[in-house]
Amino acid sequence: MNIVVCIKQVPEISEVKVNPETGTLVREGVASILNPFCEYALDHAVRLKQGAPGTTITAVSMGPPQARAALLRALELGADRGVLISDRRFAGADTWATALTLCAAVRAVQGDFDLILVGKQAIDGDTAQVGPEMAEILGIPQIMYGVQMELSQNGKRIKVKRESESGYQVLEARLPALVSASKGETIRRLPSFADILAARDKPLETVTADNLDLSEEQLGLQGSYTQVVKIFPPQAKKACRRLEGLSSQQAGAEIASFLRNGHFI
Amino acid sequence: MLKIDHDQCNACGLCEKTCPFGAIAVKDDQARSNESCSLCGACVNVCPQHALSIQRKQASAEELAGYRGVFIWAECEARAGELAPKRVVYELLSQGQRLADKLGQELVAVALGDGRLAGLESLCAHGADRVLRCEHELLGQYSTDAFTSVLSAVIAGQKPAVLLYGATPNGRELAPRVAARLRLGLTADCTGLDIDDQGQLVQTRPAFGGNIMASIIAPYSRPQTATVRPNVFQAAPPDPARPIKLEEVPVTLNKAVLRTKLVEETVVDAEDEKLESAKVIVTAGLGCRQDGCLEKAAELARALGGVLAASRPMVEAGLMPVTRQVGQSGTTVGPDLYIAVGVSGAIQHLVGMSSSKTVIAINQDPEAPIFKLADLGIVGDAREILPRLLEELSKGKGAADSD
Repeated sequence: MNIVVCIKQVPEISEVKVNPETGTLVREGVASILNPFCEYALDHAVRLKQGAPGTTITAVSMGPPQARAALLRALELGADRGVLISDRRFAGADTWATALTLCAAVRAVQGDFDLILVGKQAIDGDTAQVGPEMAEILGIPQIMYGVQMELSQNGKRIKVKRESESGYQVLEARLPALVSASKGETIRRLPSFADILAARDKPLETVTADNLDLSEEQLGLQGSYTQVVKIFPPQAKKACRRLEGLSSQQAGAEIASFLRNGHFI
Repeated sequence: MLKIDHDQCNACGLCEKTCPFGAIAVKDDQARSNESCSLCGACVNVCPQHALSIQRKQASAEELAGYRGVFIWAECEARAGELAPKRVVYELLSQGQRLADKLGQELVAVALGDGRLAGLESLCAHGADRVLRCEHELLGQYSTDAFTSVLSAVIAGQKPAVLLYGATPNGRELAPRVAARLRLGLTADCTGLDIDDQGQLVQTRPAFGGNIMASIIAPYSRPQTATVRPNVFQAAPPDPARPIKLEEVPVTLNKAVLRTKLVEETVVDAEDEKLESAKVIVTAGLGCRQDGCLEKAAELARALGGVLAASRPMVEAGLMPVTRQVGQSGTTVGPDLYIAVGVSGAIQHLVGMSSSKTVIAINQDPEAPIFKLADLGIVGDAREILPRLLEELSKGKGAADSD
């Protein structure tokens, strides 16, 4: 069984600040992490492997050379092999061009995949589009927002419990398929010291545009259907009437009168 | 154009059964396509031999101008034995009407479902010039494959300039699938939509957890597609005088299209009122973790006729179900009244509730970011304040009852 996990390195967004004068992101000194939802996807891959010995988990990531760190983390968390898809020509890729590049890379490094796992979204862009776009490009079924996964006895099908708007659904699909991971009931494992040491010996290769069956026009900004035309800071927030140092009694009365004045009661 | 690899084709005929346009048929042991092909891609996906592929070229300006109209996917949900449009559809219609007016083009809603489809007339009252009704027994339950197939066929045939979806769980997985099939630009979670002087759709969305806004265009592909978060835009009141125009669209669909099977469904959220459409929401954060504070927050929600919700840490601690989570990875809400109790207001939380009309925040930390969005902010311990507030409310109620 071959599992491919697509992962992304993201800035720790709670640390991202906006320069109020220029309206641009201040990213200096902001740490990069492995996107949490990608970690859940990896965790599912490791669990599935436990039930299907002989499985190979390949982690792939498209990004700048620094994204090696995220792949190294993936190797520590249980991936067997890491593939960095990195090339200046990929710059400016929108979700479509990203999905197309990832698919070409998956075909190049693990064309006989059975399962592709992705995080339900990346916490920097939050689009949740690359997974479904990849599934469509590869012509395989998709199950999104998975929280529990189980392979059939013969390893030909996957059963996924997934979040729905009002609860949970269990969906089944024939492999190969693409499944996205949500937080759900997964508990993130921390790698042991032995895992960290072992990761250094696992293969971590780099793939460039030259290794992919794509033309120049399909890459990066040129291959993108969408273009960012403007970036600006969000609207200023409203002024808050903030009350400090009230007793609980006074605070309760303040809120009650606010609710009464607003005709909420 | 559609390319058929005749060496691979084994004349199984699945493509013929799947094609909504009667554009492909097996003749003389070979699949052959005709001029009715709209490049919707339905056949490519079902071909077990991978013998079909579509080559698309970049459209010229004249070709782009041939795409007209603003289309909306009218997502329907089961309610009392019927499949009726979700609230977000009406929000999309009010935006769609504005865009269609600017373009001087029509506004069209597309509804997919089985025989239970109902209430589609109201889409016309809310601004749709036409409603396309796609009925098939395999559309009674949402599935990525069936919905992608049917919606792609409708869009490829109708050629709209703009296609909008609600950024619901289903909308967020359907839109990219259709976009990839038809090779379209797609922007997720838009909070602003406009038409520029060249008639292009300008899509504005938050990025980096709401720290920055980006405006995005799709200059070379049509339709321009976007998902829009529920509760960001207001639905307009209906105009009963508007003409009703429902068009039945013939649907071609067979089981071979469906590659996923629904085995089981569990509804955990028994509360009648959904978070997404609640008018009053009381959200409990980590500050209400102890001393029965969560119960008090629930009591407050009940007293105000509202719904109890939670921040992400409360859900992760297992104190509330994930269906009650407000925020980026939970539900986006836009109630009339939002009371944040012991919620510090991480940016991911704020983007999920920032369109609330009135916000009250109670938090011990005077620097808590939630205060930035609050109309009334109380710096204090929710565990002590909530019981006093409930007393005040019951006092007021008692007085009113005795009147």
